[in-house]
Amino acid sequence: MAVDLAIEGLPARASSGGAGLLEQTLAVARRSAVRTLRQRGLLIFPLIFPLLLFGINGSSLSSATKIPGFPTHHYRDFLIAMPFIQGAMFVSITAGVDLARDIESGFLNRLALTPLRTEAMLVGQLGGAFVLGVVQAIVYLLVGFATGVTLVSGVGGALVLLALSILIAFGFASLGGLLALRLGRGEAIQGIFPLLFVTLFLSSSSLPRNLIQTTWFRDIATYNPVSYLLEGIRSLVITGWDGEALALGFGFATALLVITVLLSQPAMRSRLARA
Amino acid sequence: MTRFLSVARGVAWRSIHNTVVSPAILVPSIIFPLFFLVAFAGGLSRISDVPNFHYDPGYTSFQFVFVFLQSAAFGGVFTGFGIARDFDSGFARRLLLAAPRRSGIIAGYTIGALLRWAITGTIVTVAALIAGMNVDGNGVQLVGLLGLGIAMNLVAALWACGIAMFTRTEQAGALIQMPVFLLLFLAPVFVPINLLTSWIHDVANINPVTAVLEAGRGLLAGSPVKVAVAFAALAGGAAVMALFARRGLASAERAG
Repeated sequence: MAVDLAIEGLPARASSGGAGLLEQTLAVARRSAVRTLRQRGLLIFPLIFPLLLFGINGSSLSSATKIPGFPTHHYRDFLIAMPFIQGAMFVSITAGVDLARDIESGFLNRLALTPLRTEAMLVGQLGGAFVLGVVQAIVYLLVGFATGVTLVSGVGGALVLLALSILIAFGFASLGGLLALRLGRGEAIQGIFPLLFVTLFLSSSSLPRNLIQTTWFRDIATYNPVSYLLEGIRSLVITGWDGEALALGFGFATALLVITVLLSQPAMRSRLARA
Repeated sequence: MTRFLSVARGVAWRSIHNTVVSPAILVPSIIFPLFFLVAFAGGLSRISDVPNFHYDPGYTSFQFVFVFLQSAAFGGVFTGFGIARDFDSGFARRLLLAAPRRSGIIAGYTIGALLRWAITGTIVTVAALIAGMNVDGNGVQLVGLLGLGIAMNLVAALWACGIAMFTRTEQAGALIQMPVFLLLFLAPVFVPINLLTSWIHDVANINPVTAVLEAGRGLLAGSPVKVAVAFAALAGGAAVMALFARRGLASAERAG
Protein backbone atom coordinates (compact mmCIF):
# COMPACT_ATOMS: atom_id res chain seq x y z
CA MET A 1 0.00 0.00 0.00
CA ALA A 2 2.96 2.23 0.66
CA VAL A 3 3.65 1.89 -3.01
CA ASP A 4 0.39 3.53 -3.96
CA LEU A 5 0.70 6.11 -1.21
CA ALA A 6 4.12 7.05 -2.47
CA ILE A 7 2.80 7.74 -5.92
CA GLU A 8 -0.20 9.49 -4.43
CA GLY A 9 2.34 11.66 -2.65
CA LEU A 10 3.23 13.10 -6.03
CA PRO A 11 2.18 16.76 -5.95
CA ALA A 12 -1.23 17.47 -7.41
CA ARG A 13 0.39 19.43 -10.21
CA ALA A 14 1.89 16.20 -11.52
CA SER A 15 -1.49 14.92 -12.58
CA SER A 16 -2.04 18.04 -14.57
CA GLY A 17 1.41 17.79 -16.04
CA GLY A 18 2.64 20.73 -14.02
CA ALA A 19 5.19 19.00 -11.77
CA GLY A 20 8.81 19.43 -12.77
CA LEU A 21 11.01 16.58 -13.88
CA LEU A 22 12.81 16.59 -10.53
CA GLU A 23 9.59 16.37 -8.54
CA GLN A 24 8.32 13.55 -10.71
CA THR A 25 11.60 11.68 -10.42
CA LEU A 26 11.68 12.09 -6.64
CA ALA A 27 8.13 10.81 -6.29
CA VAL A 28 8.89 7.64 -8.25
CA ALA A 29 12.24 7.30 -6.47
CA ARG A 30 10.56 7.53 -3.08
CA ARG A 31 8.24 4.68 -3.95
CA SER A 32 11.17 2.63 -5.23
CA ALA A 33 13.22 3.32 -2.09
CA VAL A 34 10.35 2.39 0.23
CA ARG A 35 9.85 -0.87 -1.60
CA THR A 36 13.55 -1.73 -1.51
CA LEU A 37 13.88 -0.99 2.19
CA ARG A 38 10.83 -3.14 2.93
CA GLN A 39 12.47 -6.21 1.44
CA ARG A 40 14.93 -6.59 4.31
CA GLY A 41 15.34 -10.30 3.77
CA LEU A 42 16.53 -9.70 0.24
CA LEU A 43 18.89 -6.94 1.34
CA ILE A 44 20.92 -8.95 3.82
CA PHE A 45 22.46 -11.47 1.42
CA PRO A 46 23.78 -8.87 -1.08
CA LEU A 47 25.23 -6.93 1.83
CA ILE A 48 26.80 -9.85 3.67
CA PHE A 49 28.07 -11.98 0.79
CA PRO A 50 30.71 -9.52 -0.50
CA LEU A 51 31.89 -9.01 3.07
CA LEU A 52 32.20 -12.76 3.59
CA LEU A 53 34.31 -13.09 0.47
CA PHE A 54 36.35 -10.08 1.56
CA GLY A 55 36.97 -11.62 4.96
CA ILE A 56 37.89 -15.05 3.63
CA ASN A 57 39.88 -14.06 0.55
CA GLY A 58 41.54 -11.20 2.41
CA SER A 59 43.12 -13.78 4.68
CA SER A 60 43.49 -16.68 2.22
CA LEU A 61 45.35 -14.60 -0.32
CA SER A 62 47.42 -12.54 2.09
CA SER A 63 50.59 -14.31 0.92
CA ALA A 64 50.08 -12.69 -2.49
CA THR A 65 51.67 -9.57 -0.99
CA LYS A 66 54.98 -11.47 -1.05
CA ILE A 67 54.96 -11.52 -4.84
CA PRO A 68 57.67 -9.09 -5.98
CA GLY A 69 56.10 -5.82 -7.09
CA PHE A 70 52.85 -6.23 -5.17
CA PRO A 71 51.71 -2.66 -4.40
CA THR A 72 50.92 -3.07 -0.69
CA HIS A 73 51.90 -5.18 2.30
CA HIS A 74 48.31 -5.68 3.40
CA TYR A 75 46.15 -7.71 1.05
CA ARG A 76 42.96 -6.34 2.58
CA ASP A 77 43.97 -2.86 1.44
CA PHE A 78 44.14 -4.27 -2.08
CA LEU A 79 40.97 -6.33 -1.85
CA ILE A 80 38.68 -3.73 -0.26
CA ALA A 81 37.69 -2.46 -3.72
CA MET A 82 36.06 -5.79 -4.52
CA PRO A 83 33.06 -5.64 -2.14
CA PHE A 84 32.11 -2.24 -3.55
CA ILE A 85 31.92 -3.60 -7.11
CA GLN A 86 30.35 -6.89 -6.05
CA GLY A 87 27.76 -4.97 -4.02
CA ALA A 88 27.06 -2.75 -7.04
CA MET A 89 26.42 -5.86 -9.11
CA PHE A 90 23.94 -7.10 -6.53
CA VAL A 91 22.28 -3.67 -6.70
CA SER A 92 21.84 -4.11 -10.45
CA ILE A 93 19.94 -7.34 -9.88
CA THR A 94 17.76 -5.79 -7.18
CA ALA A 95 16.95 -2.85 -9.45
CA GLY A 96 16.33 -5.09 -12.45
CA VAL A 97 14.12 -7.57 -10.62
CA ASP A 98 12.07 -4.76 -9.02
CA LEU A 99 11.46 -3.12 -12.39
CA ALA A 100 10.71 -6.47 -14.01
CA ARG A 101 8.13 -7.08 -11.31
CA ASP A 102 6.51 -3.73 -12.15
CA ILE A 103 6.43 -4.76 -15.80
CA GLU A 104 4.98 -8.19 -15.04
CA SER A 105 2.35 -6.80 -12.66
CA GLY A 106 1.30 -4.11 -15.13
CA PHE A 107 2.26 -1.29 -12.75
CA LEU A 108 4.57 0.28 -15.32
CA ASN A 109 1.75 0.40 -17.87
CA ARG A 110 -0.55 2.07 -15.40
CA LEU A 111 2.22 4.54 -14.55
CA ALA A 112 2.59 5.29 -18.25
CA LEU A 113 -1.04 6.43 -18.35
CA THR A 114 -0.16 9.30 -15.96
CA PRO A 115 1.54 12.48 -17.16
CA LEU A 116 4.88 11.25 -15.77
CA ARG A 117 7.78 11.81 -18.15
CA THR A 118 9.74 8.77 -19.34
CA GLU A 119 12.97 10.14 -17.85
CA ALA A 120 11.32 10.48 -14.43
CA MET A 121 10.03 6.93 -14.62
CA LEU A 122 13.41 5.61 -15.68
CA VAL A 123 15.62 7.38 -13.17
CA GLY A 124 13.05 7.34 -10.39
CA GLN A 125 12.73 3.55 -10.62
CA LEU A 126 16.37 3.40 -9.57
CA GLY A 127 15.74 5.27 -6.33
CA GLY A 128 15.75 2.10 -4.26
CA ALA A 129 18.98 1.00 -5.86
CA PHE A 130 20.50 4.38 -5.07
CA VAL A 131 19.59 4.06 -1.38
CA LEU A 132 20.93 0.52 -1.37
CA GLY A 133 24.17 1.68 -3.02
CA VAL A 134 24.66 4.36 -0.36
CA VAL A 135 24.01 1.95 2.52
CA GLN A 136 26.33 -0.67 1.06
CA ALA A 137 29.14 1.80 0.39
CA ILE A 138 29.05 3.12 3.96
CA VAL A 139 28.91 -0.39 5.45
CA TYR A 140 31.78 -1.66 3.30
CA LEU A 141 33.93 1.33 4.17
CA LEU A 142 33.24 0.96 7.90
CA VAL A 143 33.96 -2.78 7.79
CA GLY A 144 37.15 -2.00 5.89
CA PHE A 145 38.26 0.41 8.61
CA ALA A 146 37.29 -2.08 11.31
CA THR A 147 39.47 -4.76 9.73
CA GLY A 148 42.50 -2.51 9.51
CA VAL A 149 42.21 -1.03 6.03
CA THR A 150 43.84 2.39 5.87
CA LEU A 151 43.21 5.02 3.21
CA VAL A 152 46.39 6.69 2.06
CA SER A 153 44.27 9.51 0.60
CA GLY A 154 42.80 10.34 4.03
CA VAL A 155 39.35 11.66 4.90
CA GLY A 156 38.95 13.40 1.56
CA GLY A 157 39.76 10.11 -0.14
CA ALA A 158 37.06 8.36 1.87
CA LEU A 159 34.48 10.86 0.64
CA VAL A 160 35.64 10.49 -2.98
CA LEU A 161 35.60 6.71 -2.57
CA LEU A 162 32.00 6.89 -1.36
CA ALA A 163 31.06 9.14 -4.27
CA LEU A 164 32.70 6.83 -6.80
CA SER A 165 31.20 3.68 -5.35
CA ILE A 166 27.70 5.22 -5.27
CA LEU A 167 28.12 6.33 -8.90
CA ILE A 168 29.21 2.79 -9.82
CA ALA A 169 26.24 1.29 -7.97
CA PHE A 170 23.90 3.71 -9.76
CA GLY A 171 25.47 2.77 -13.10
CA PHE A 172 24.97 -0.93 -12.43
CA ALA A 173 21.43 -0.26 -11.20
CA SER A 174 20.73 1.47 -14.49
CA LEU A 175 22.13 -1.59 -16.29
CA GLY A 176 19.73 -3.74 -14.26
CA GLY A 177 16.88 -1.44 -15.30
CA LEU A 178 17.86 -1.71 -18.95
CA LEU A 179 17.94 -5.49 -18.73
CA ALA A 180 14.52 -5.49 -17.09
CA LEU A 181 13.09 -3.36 -19.89
CA ARG A 182 14.63 -5.60 -22.51
CA LEU A 183 13.86 -8.96 -20.90
CA GLY A 184 10.74 -8.12 -18.92
CA ARG A 185 11.09 -11.05 -16.51
CA GLY A 186 12.73 -11.17 -13.09
CA GLU A 187 13.85 -14.75 -13.65
CA ALA A 188 15.76 -13.73 -16.77
CA ILE A 189 17.51 -10.94 -14.83
CA GLN A 190 18.60 -13.45 -12.17
CA GLY A 191 20.00 -15.61 -14.96
CA ILE A 192 22.17 -12.74 -16.17
CA PHE A 193 23.74 -12.31 -12.74
CA PRO A 194 26.47 -14.97 -13.14
CA LEU A 195 27.64 -13.18 -16.28
CA LEU A 196 28.15 -9.99 -14.29
CA PHE A 197 30.23 -11.96 -11.82
CA VAL A 198 32.35 -13.31 -14.64
CA THR A 199 33.29 -9.75 -15.58
CA LEU A 200 34.35 -9.14 -11.98
CA PHE A 201 36.56 -12.19 -11.74
CA LEU A 202 38.06 -11.65 -15.21
CA SER A 203 39.48 -8.35 -14.03
CA SER A 204 42.23 -7.11 -11.74
CA SER A 205 40.09 -8.03 -8.74
CA SER A 206 42.58 -10.39 -7.09
CA LEU A 207 45.93 -9.30 -8.48
CA PRO A 208 47.21 -6.10 -10.11
CA ARG A 209 47.11 -6.36 -13.90
CA ASN A 210 50.90 -6.18 -14.25
CA LEU A 211 51.25 -9.21 -11.95
CA ILE A 212 48.79 -11.41 -13.82
CA GLN A 213 51.00 -14.05 -15.39
CA THR A 214 48.63 -15.64 -17.90
CA THR A 215 48.74 -13.45 -21.00
CA TRP A 216 45.18 -13.97 -22.24
CA PHE A 217 43.82 -13.33 -18.75
CA ARG A 218 45.87 -10.14 -18.45
CA ASP A 219 44.60 -8.99 -21.87
CA ILE A 220 40.97 -9.60 -20.90
CA ALA A 221 41.52 -7.79 -17.59
CA THR A 222 43.05 -4.86 -19.49
CA TYR A 223 40.08 -4.53 -21.85
CA ASN A 224 37.57 -5.15 -19.06
CA PRO A 225 36.17 -1.81 -17.76
CA VAL A 226 35.52 -3.43 -14.37
CA SER A 227 39.29 -3.42 -13.82
CA TYR A 228 39.28 0.38 -14.01
CA LEU A 229 36.35 0.70 -11.62
CA LEU A 230 38.25 -1.44 -9.13
CA GLU A 231 41.50 0.44 -9.70
CA GLY A 232 39.78 3.80 -9.21
CA ILE A 233 38.59 2.77 -5.75
CA ARG A 234 41.82 0.93 -4.96
CA SER A 235 43.99 3.91 -5.86
CA LEU A 236 42.44 5.95 -3.05
CA VAL A 237 43.31 3.20 -0.57
CA ILE A 238 46.83 2.21 -1.52
CA THR A 239 48.24 4.92 -3.82
CA GLY A 240 46.76 8.20 -2.66
CA TRP A 241 45.54 10.73 -5.21
CA ASP A 242 46.10 9.08 -8.59
CA GLY A 243 44.48 11.34 -11.19
CA GLU A 244 44.61 8.80 -14.01
CA ALA A 245 43.08 5.96 -11.99
CA LEU A 246 40.36 8.25 -10.65
CA ALA A 247 39.61 9.70 -14.09
CA LEU A 248 39.29 6.21 -15.54
CA GLY A 249 37.18 5.01 -12.61
CA PHE A 250 34.78 7.97 -12.71
CA GLY A 251 34.87 7.96 -16.52
CA PHE A 252 33.83 4.33 -16.91
CA ALA A 253 31.22 4.61 -14.15
CA THR A 254 29.72 7.70 -15.79
CA ALA A 255 29.84 6.05 -19.21
CA LEU A 256 28.01 3.01 -17.84
CA LEU A 257 25.31 5.22 -16.35
CA VAL A 258 24.88 7.47 -19.39
CA ILE A 259 24.90 4.64 -21.95
CA THR A 260 22.43 2.51 -20.03
CA VAL A 261 20.06 5.44 -19.38
CA LEU A 262 20.20 6.42 -23.06
CA LEU A 263 19.54 2.84 -24.16
CA SER A 264 16.75 2.51 -21.61
CA GLN A 265 14.65 5.28 -23.17
CA PRO A 266 13.89 3.49 -26.46
CA ALA A 267 13.61 0.22 -24.53
CA MET A 268 10.99 1.79 -22.28
CA ARG A 269 9.06 3.20 -25.24
CA SER A 270 9.21 -0.17 -26.95
CA ARG A 271 8.08 -1.97 -23.79
CA LEU A 272 5.13 0.38 -23.33
CA ALA A 273 4.21 0.20 -27.01
CA ARG A 274 4.11 -3.61 -26.81
CA ALA A 275 1.72 -3.36 -23.87
CA MET B 1 14.60 -54.05 -1.38
CA THR B 2 13.04 -54.20 -4.86
CA ARG B 3 10.60 -51.48 -3.90
CA PHE B 4 13.45 -49.35 -2.51
CA LEU B 5 15.42 -49.77 -5.72
CA SER B 6 12.48 -49.02 -7.99
CA VAL B 7 11.77 -45.75 -6.10
CA ALA B 8 15.45 -44.80 -6.15
CA ARG B 9 15.71 -45.55 -9.86
CA GLY B 10 12.60 -43.56 -10.71
CA VAL B 11 13.61 -40.50 -8.67
CA ALA B 12 17.19 -40.62 -10.00
CA TRP B 13 15.98 -40.86 -13.58
CA ARG B 14 13.63 -37.94 -13.13
CA SER B 15 16.32 -35.86 -11.43
CA ILE B 16 18.90 -36.37 -14.17
CA HIS B 17 16.30 -36.09 -16.94
CA ASN B 18 15.16 -32.70 -15.59
CA THR B 19 18.77 -31.59 -15.41
CA VAL B 20 19.68 -32.62 -18.93
CA VAL B 21 16.59 -31.29 -20.70
CA SER B 22 16.58 -27.95 -18.89
CA PRO B 23 19.45 -25.64 -19.84
CA ALA B 24 18.47 -23.24 -17.05
CA ILE B 25 19.34 -25.99 -14.57
CA LEU B 26 22.28 -27.59 -16.35
CA VAL B 27 24.19 -24.56 -17.62
CA PRO B 28 24.86 -22.81 -14.27
CA SER B 29 26.17 -26.04 -12.74
CA ILE B 30 28.63 -26.35 -15.64
CA ILE B 31 29.50 -22.67 -15.96
CA PHE B 32 30.29 -22.04 -12.30
CA PRO B 33 33.12 -24.56 -11.87
CA LEU B 34 34.55 -23.67 -15.28
CA PHE B 35 34.47 -20.06 -14.35
CA PHE B 36 36.23 -20.72 -11.04
CA LEU B 37 38.84 -22.78 -12.86
CA VAL B 38 39.51 -19.95 -15.30
CA ALA B 39 39.49 -17.23 -12.65
CA PHE B 40 41.68 -19.08 -10.14
CA ALA B 41 44.04 -21.06 -12.34
CA GLY B 42 44.33 -18.33 -14.97
CA GLY B 43 44.18 -15.15 -12.96
CA LEU B 44 46.05 -16.22 -9.86
CA SER B 45 48.80 -18.37 -11.34
CA ARG B 46 51.41 -15.90 -10.11
CA ILE B 47 50.56 -17.00 -6.57
CA SER B 48 52.79 -20.01 -7.20
CA ASP B 49 55.74 -17.56 -7.10
CA VAL B 50 55.11 -16.88 -3.43
CA PRO B 51 58.11 -18.11 -1.39
CA ASN B 52 57.61 -21.65 0.04
CA PHE B 53 54.80 -22.49 -2.39
CA HIS B 54 55.66 -26.02 -3.52
CA TYR B 55 53.36 -28.03 -5.73
CA ASP B 56 55.20 -29.82 -8.49
CA PRO B 57 52.37 -30.27 -11.04
CA GLY B 58 51.81 -26.48 -11.11
CA TYR B 59 49.15 -23.99 -10.15
CA THR B 60 46.53 -25.15 -12.67
CA SER B 61 46.64 -28.64 -11.14
CA PHE B 62 46.63 -27.14 -7.65
CA GLN B 63 43.43 -25.23 -8.43
CA PHE B 64 41.90 -28.06 -10.45
CA VAL B 65 41.59 -30.24 -7.35
CA PHE B 66 39.68 -27.50 -5.54
CA VAL B 67 37.39 -26.86 -8.51
CA PHE B 68 36.87 -30.61 -9.05
CA LEU B 69 35.82 -31.13 -5.42
CA GLN B 70 33.81 -27.93 -5.44
CA SER B 71 31.89 -29.08 -8.51
CA ALA B 72 31.22 -32.35 -6.70
CA ALA B 73 29.84 -30.51 -3.68
CA PHE B 74 27.78 -28.17 -5.82
CA GLY B 75 26.38 -31.11 -7.76
CA GLY B 76 24.78 -32.06 -4.47
CA VAL B 77 23.74 -28.50 -3.66
CA PHE B 78 22.04 -27.96 -7.03
CA THR B 79 20.17 -31.22 -6.56
CA GLY B 80 18.93 -29.83 -3.25
CA PHE B 81 17.51 -26.84 -5.14
CA GLY B 82 15.61 -29.32 -7.33
CA ILE B 83 14.20 -31.11 -4.29
CA ALA B 84 13.05 -27.81 -2.80
CA ARG B 85 11.46 -26.96 -6.14
CA ASP B 86 9.65 -30.31 -6.09
CA PHE B 87 8.18 -29.43 -2.70
CA ASP B 88 7.18 -25.94 -3.86
CA SER B 89 5.44 -27.34 -6.94
CA GLY B 90 3.63 -30.04 -4.98
CA PHE B 91 5.34 -32.87 -6.84
CA ALA B 92 7.18 -34.06 -3.73
CA ARG B 93 3.91 -34.49 -1.85
CA ARG B 94 2.57 -36.75 -4.61
CA LEU B 95 5.88 -38.58 -4.59
CA LEU B 96 5.60 -39.21 -0.85
CA LEU B 97 2.11 -40.61 -1.38
CA ALA B 98 3.12 -42.83 -4.26
CA ALA B 99 6.47 -44.22 -3.08
CA PRO B 100 6.21 -47.66 -1.46
CA ARG B 101 9.61 -47.20 0.24
CA ARG B 102 10.21 -43.54 0.95
CA SER B 103 13.88 -43.90 1.89
CA GLY B 104 14.33 -44.72 -1.81
CA ILE B 105 13.52 -41.07 -2.50
CA ILE B 106 16.68 -39.94 -0.71
CA ALA B 107 18.72 -42.57 -2.51
CA GLY B 108 17.23 -41.51 -5.83
CA TYR B 109 18.07 -37.85 -5.31
CA THR B 110 21.65 -38.67 -4.27
CA ILE B 111 22.12 -40.87 -7.34
CA GLY B 112 20.71 -37.98 -9.41
CA ALA B 113 23.29 -35.68 -7.79
CA LEU B 114 26.07 -38.10 -8.68
CA LEU B 115 24.93 -38.36 -12.30
CA ARG B 116 24.68 -34.59 -12.53
CA TRP B 117 28.23 -34.28 -11.21
CA ALA B 118 29.41 -36.90 -13.69
CA ILE B 119 28.61 -34.36 -16.40
CA THR B 120 30.19 -31.31 -14.75
CA GLY B 121 33.16 -33.22 -13.35
CA THR B 122 33.99 -34.56 -16.82
CA ILE B 123 33.73 -31.13 -18.42
CA VAL B 124 35.87 -29.50 -15.73
CA THR B 125 38.53 -32.20 -16.10
CA VAL B 126 38.64 -31.89 -19.89
CA ALA B 127 38.85 -28.10 -19.59
CA ALA B 128 41.72 -28.35 -17.09
CA LEU B 129 43.60 -30.78 -19.35
CA ILE B 130 43.13 -28.42 -22.30
CA ALA B 131 44.42 -25.59 -20.08
CA GLY B 132 47.63 -27.55 -19.53
CA MET B 133 47.02 -29.30 -16.23
CA ASN B 134 49.82 -31.71 -15.30
CA VAL B 135 48.84 -35.08 -13.85
CA ASP B 136 51.64 -36.80 -11.92
CA GLY B 137 49.52 -39.37 -10.07
CA ASN B 138 49.14 -42.94 -11.31
CA GLY B 139 45.87 -44.67 -12.21
CA VAL B 140 45.14 -45.88 -8.70
CA GLN B 141 45.78 -42.44 -7.25
CA LEU B 142 43.48 -40.83 -9.80
CA VAL B 143 40.77 -43.32 -8.90
CA GLY B 144 41.35 -42.23 -5.30
CA LEU B 145 40.81 -38.60 -6.33
CA LEU B 146 37.62 -39.61 -8.12
CA GLY B 147 36.54 -41.44 -4.96
CA LEU B 148 37.04 -38.28 -2.93
CA GLY B 149 34.85 -36.43 -5.39
CA ILE B 150 32.11 -39.05 -5.24
CA ALA B 151 32.15 -39.03 -1.44
CA MET B 152 32.10 -35.21 -1.39
CA ASN B 153 29.13 -35.23 -3.77
CA LEU B 154 27.32 -37.72 -1.54
CA VAL B 155 27.84 -35.70 1.65
CA ALA B 156 26.71 -32.46 -0.01
CA ALA B 157 23.69 -34.13 -1.65
CA LEU B 158 22.55 -35.61 1.66
CA TRP B 159 22.97 -32.24 3.38
CA ALA B 160 21.01 -30.48 0.64
CA CYS B 161 18.37 -33.21 0.69
CA GLY B 162 17.95 -32.86 4.46
CA ILE B 163 17.61 -29.07 4.37
CA ALA B 164 15.24 -29.16 1.40
CA MET B 165 13.03 -31.72 3.14
CA PHE B 166 13.02 -29.87 6.44
CA THR B 167 12.20 -26.49 4.88
CA ARG B 168 10.23 -27.65 1.81
CA THR B 169 10.66 -24.33 0.01
CA GLU B 170 12.91 -22.95 -2.71
CA GLN B 171 13.61 -19.99 -0.46
CA ALA B 172 15.95 -22.27 1.48
CA GLY B 173 18.42 -22.05 -1.41
CA ALA B 174 20.83 -19.82 0.48
CA LEU B 175 20.62 -22.07 3.53
CA ILE B 176 21.57 -25.08 1.41
CA GLN B 177 24.35 -23.30 -0.40
CA MET B 178 26.04 -21.01 2.10
CA PRO B 179 27.40 -23.56 4.61
CA VAL B 180 28.87 -25.63 1.76
CA PHE B 181 30.34 -22.53 0.18
CA LEU B 182 31.84 -21.40 3.49
CA LEU B 183 33.31 -24.81 4.33
CA LEU B 184 34.94 -24.97 0.90
CA PHE B 185 36.39 -21.47 1.03
CA LEU B 186 37.57 -21.80 4.62
CA ALA B 187 40.01 -24.45 3.39
CA PRO B 188 43.39 -23.68 1.78
CA VAL B 189 41.94 -22.73 -1.61
CA PHE B 190 44.63 -20.50 -3.08
CA VAL B 191 47.80 -21.55 -1.26
CA PRO B 192 48.89 -24.57 0.81
CA ILE B 193 47.91 -24.43 4.46
CA ASN B 194 51.45 -23.65 5.62
CA LEU B 195 51.21 -20.32 3.80
CA LEU B 196 47.97 -19.30 5.44
CA THR B 197 48.26 -16.89 8.34
CA SER B 198 46.05 -15.48 11.10
CA TRP B 199 42.52 -16.78 11.76
CA ILE B 200 42.10 -18.47 8.40
CA HIS B 201 45.01 -20.81 9.23
CA ASP B 202 43.38 -21.85 12.51
CA VAL B 203 39.99 -22.36 10.87
CA ALA B 204 41.49 -24.30 7.95
CA ASN B 205 43.31 -26.53 10.41
CA ILE B 206 40.07 -27.78 11.94
CA ASN B 207 38.05 -27.70 8.71
CA PRO B 208 37.58 -31.29 7.46
CA VAL B 209 37.54 -30.04 3.86
CA THR B 210 41.23 -29.16 4.29
CA ALA B 211 42.17 -32.83 4.65
CA VAL B 212 40.07 -33.72 1.61
CA LEU B 213 41.68 -30.98 -0.44
CA GLU B 214 45.19 -31.88 0.65
CA ALA B 215 44.54 -35.55 -0.05
CA GLY B 216 43.20 -34.73 -3.52
CA ARG B 217 46.18 -32.53 -4.34
CA GLY B 218 48.56 -35.19 -3.06
CA LEU B 219 46.91 -37.87 -5.20
CA LEU B 220 47.06 -35.72 -8.34
CA ALA B 221 50.72 -34.96 -7.63
CA GLY B 222 51.55 -38.64 -7.12
CA SER B 223 52.56 -38.13 -3.49
CA PRO B 224 49.53 -39.04 -1.37
CA VAL B 225 48.99 -37.40 2.01
CA LYS B 226 46.13 -37.64 4.53
CA VAL B 227 44.15 -39.97 2.22
CA ALA B 228 42.85 -42.12 5.06
CA VAL B 229 41.92 -39.03 7.11
CA ALA B 230 40.09 -37.55 4.14
CA PHE B 231 38.07 -40.68 3.42
CA ALA B 232 37.34 -41.11 7.14
CA ALA B 233 36.11 -37.52 7.35
CA LEU B 234 33.90 -37.97 4.32
CA ALA B 235 32.56 -41.32 5.54
CA GLY B 236 31.72 -39.75 8.90
CA GLY B 237 30.14 -36.80 7.15
CA ALA B 238 28.08 -39.09 4.92
CA ALA B 239 26.83 -41.10 7.93
CA VAL B 240 25.78 -37.96 9.82
CA MET B 241 24.19 -36.39 6.75
CA ALA B 242 22.33 -39.60 5.88
CA LEU B 243 20.77 -39.48 9.33
CA PHE B 244 19.99 -35.79 8.84
CA ALA B 245 18.38 -36.45 5.44
CA ARG B 246 16.34 -39.30 6.93
CA ARG B 247 15.05 -36.99 9.66
CA GLY B 248 14.28 -34.41 6.99
CA LEU B 249 12.23 -37.01 5.17
CA ALA B 250 10.42 -37.88 8.41
CA SER B 251 9.67 -34.19 8.89
CA ALA B 252 8.25 -33.97 5.36
CA GLU B 253 6.18 -37.11 6.01
CA ARG B 254 4.75 -35.60 9.17
CA ALA B 255 3.93 -32.37 7.34
CA GLY B 256 1.99 -34.40 4.80
